[in-house]
Amino acid sequence: MILIEGLRSAGRTVRLWWAPARIREEGTTPDYRFSLANERTFLAWLRTGLALIGGGFAVDQFLPRLHPWLRLACTVVLLVGGALCALRAVNHWVRCERAMRRGEDLPVSRFPTALALAVGALAAALVVLVLLGRTD
Amino acid sequence: MADTARPEEPDEGAPRAATDRDPGLQPERTRLAWRRTTLSATATAVLAGRQLLGSRAPGAVEVVLVVVIGLLWLAFVTLAHGRMRAMAGGRPPALPPRTALLLVGCTLAPALCGGVLLARPGW
Repeated sequence: MILIEGLRSAGRTVRLWWAPARIREEGTTPDYRFSLANERTFLAWLRTGLALIGGGFAVDQFLPRLHPWLRLACTVVLLVGGALCALRAVNHWVRCERAMRRGEDLPVSRFPTALALAVGALAAALVVLVLLGRTD
Repeated sequence: MADTARPEEPDEGAPRAATDRDPGLQPERTRLAWRRTTLSATATAVLAGRQLLGSRAPGAVEVVLVVVIGLLWLAFVTLAHGRMRAMAGGRPPALPPRTALLLVGCTLAPALCGGVLLARPGW
């Protein structure tokens, strides 16, 4: 039941992406300063995504001595992570904007924790690789 | 004494003139955030282009993808520029959701291009 409810909620949010004018039909327009703060948060997440995507390309280009499979794995992980960050950026922005219009609490999310753990794990894996001398 | 506690606070009911500056500099901060984001997009686009042209034998697919990435970067910068201009007034309008979606599209496309390249045989 929780899964179905979650899927329904996600479906509504995705529909909102494509029919964005519907956001303005709800509630009242918040103070523009709050909207600008939300916009800056969106841009910060977009930059996070861009940095991860750029990092994926950088791993592939600047670590030529890394084992090909390890390099491929790092690149794919970073590219996929960056794409998820970019999607999350717009999703969170829409949800925050809607919550502010309705006067509700801002949505909370596990995404930052998941991202932090993933980046930490990737960094730890690279440290191990460097210590084992596998980058030569 | 309550009315003298915060003398700089403007009257909430008074209409803001277009030249009124927000004491928190919110539009300026947002404009700088846009600037940082276009710089990040530029760095990513350069890395993506380098990736494509640096492959073993750049063929027609790579050249087309480089052109696509260049056009997407141009779209990204144009959207950002339009938004920064829209915020020049005293009370900036909200970010149009279409702009947000297009920006995310311009961000995802290089990642997809990278995926296409990685999936190509012989890479």
